[in-house]
Amino acid sequence: MTSLNLEALFQSKIDEETKIEPKDWMPDAYRKTLIRQISQHAHSEIVGMLPEGNWITRAPSLRRKLILLAKVQDEAGHGLYLYSAAETLGANRDDLVQQLLTGKAKYSSIFNYPTLNWADIGAIGWLVDGAAIMNQVMLTRTSYGPYARAMVRICKEESFHQRQGYEIMIAMAKGSPEQKAMAQDALNRWWWPSLMMFGPKDAESSHSDQALKWKIKRKTNDELRQQFVDVTIPQAEYLGLTVPDPDLRWNEEKGSYDFGEIDWEEFWSVVKGNGPCNKQRLQARNKAYDDGAWVREAASAHAAKKEQRKLEPQLETKAA
Amino acid sequence: MMNDSLIKYLLQLADNALILGHRLGEWCGHAPEMELDIALTNIALDLTGQARSLYQRVAELEGIGPNGARKTEDDYAYLRDAWEFRNTLLVEQPNGDFAHTIVRQFIFDSYNYYMCRALTQSRDEWLAGFAVKSLKEITYQLRFSSEWMQRLGDGTEVSHTKMQAAIEELWTYSGELTTPNEVEKEMASKGIGVDLTKIKPEVEAKMAEVLTASNLTAPAGIWMQTGGKDGKHSEHIGFILAEMQFLQRAYPGQEW
Amino acid sequence: MKNEWPLWEVFIRSKSGLSHKHVGSLHATDAEMALENARDLYTRRNEGVSLWVVESKHITASDPDDSDPLFEPAKDKIYRHPTFYDVPDDVTHM
Repeated sequence: MTSLNLEALFQSKIDEETKIEPKDWMPDAYRKTLIRQISQHAHSEIVGMLPEGNWITRAPSLRRKLILLAKVQDEAGHGLYLYSAAETLGANRDDLVQQLLTGKAKYSSIFNYPTLNWADIGAIGWLVDGAAIMNQVMLTRTSYGPYARAMVRICKEESFHQRQGYEIMIAMAKGSPEQKAMAQDALNRWWWPSLMMFGPKDAESSHSDQALKWKIKRKTNDELRQQFVDVTIPQAEYLGLTVPDPDLRWNEEKGSYDFGEIDWEEFWSVVKGNGPCNKQRLQARNKAYDDGAWVREAASAHAAKKEQRKLEPQLETKAA
Repeated sequence: MMNDSLIKYLLQLADNALILGHRLGEWCGHAPEMELDIALTNIALDLTGQARSLYQRVAELEGIGPNGARKTEDDYAYLRDAWEFRNTLLVEQPNGDFAHTIVRQFIFDSYNYYMCRALTQSRDEWLAGFAVKSLKEITYQLRFSSEWMQRLGDGTEVSHTKMQAAIEELWTYSGELTTPNEVEKEMASKGIGVDLTKIKPEVEAKMAEVLTASNLTAPAGIWMQTGGKDGKHSEHIGFILAEMQFLQRAYPGQEW
Repeated sequence: MKNEWPLWEVFIRSKSGLSHKHVGSLHATDAEMALENARDLYTRRNEGVSLWVVESKHITASDPDDSDPLFEPAKDKIYRHPTFYDVPDDVTHM
């Protein structure tokens, strides 16, 4: 079959909603796009452990501490599900991790913002996980089978993440004046970065069209962003907190909210590495990787020794 | 008073679990491999969960206080100061490198497994029930740390050196675990607590077995530090509490 | 330096009476570690009662290019399916 025919056949499978599976023929660009997207997603989960993880030792109650531990642990798990999906495409996890550590690969910029007060843990669950879920629910129907299955697993587990975050926000917003101030402060800092999570505007998104055609993505950045704003504003109102956007208003005609312009300069600046914590996040991941090298090597060496010992008696019998 | 000793005994168990769980939580996001992030967090979750049950039990036993209110689990974790904590010195030692963390865990698990197994026979029904449930978790923990002792002790030269160094440093805290204080003696005599002198040989045999399999040696005849169980701690506890209790102390009486 | 742990595939029996089902993969140096990692990674929410792990390199998969010769021939053997046969309506238990 010519590659043109293969490509047509591939596209017809996508159009018929037949999932693409690991060993199926696929255009190189589809494979590359997926590896890039899935690994970025995996990196985001792993880097995402850092801003929240840094509050595990300061969680204000045992219940909150357990929840936060379980949540950050889930994120490691989600990272691993995703690396596992990327590996079905022939990528190698260590190569992908190297790309993260050297700064070559991107991850979600949201995690380059600092967590400064306990309400940030609430805001991350509520807003950041909320925004992520919009994207992830869409991805449960993505055209690549292993990615879609990983997303189904992740979405099942994520549902508690957003709820626990919102629960923290409720406790704080309805709590003492100081707690309410913390909650408002967290919302002020996390609102815009959360909207940025959906990526550049459709008009400026370089990968969007092809990704939609291949059904890797099924909604555009702007569609998802609008959907997020529409569901989140009533939640903010319930909390009695103010969303830091003077242009925010309900548009009766289109049945959704109008909202202000994202500071795209900030968006690109953080993407390029100039966010408040870009350097610290990469340093932390590099440190974990470098400090852990001897552990990983030792485990491999020990496994090889054990294997060897298993073989030795057999060798001896043969020799005898 | 009987309850008083029982409460102290429960707090010893609870504080060990809380503080070790806290230390393991510090690894989250920084472990040598992502699979290990998950594994260490799992142990932290088990331990913190055990601490929670124990504090809840203590609150129940203490009943209504002089101020007319019942204490909560969080009062014990967040509102006591260093001298009131009854954990052993071992568990408050810093994570160090991964070798320290594994050695600390293994020493603790060896004690904790045999202690908990004996505790399932407690005449205190609640405590026996708690032990039955926890033993499942602790059995897994001991398996995990024993395997890692062997991987790292009998891995590469570098890993072996680091493990042996960690043992040299932490062994001085191993004795306290199986040396009963007054509270433990009283609880053991009443059949409520574990007779540490009885489990000591088992604990030591297990440690020796795993050390041998790991190519590691325990330092002989060294001084054993004690005191944690009676509130005399190393300097580390203060920093742990400063971090752990920060919000409860800075904003007293709030719901979180 | 590259020192990656081998890749393992994980299969879970979600409850007694059901078959093991593939759920994903992970990295581990040996079978014990693979089982433990699988337990931590894939059964954090009571997803299973039994685990299988097998190193990925030991799995032989059929080639999608072969799927016609492998699977097409079964498609027209409709007589293997009960709906192929006409049974009078008043005959029951069949």
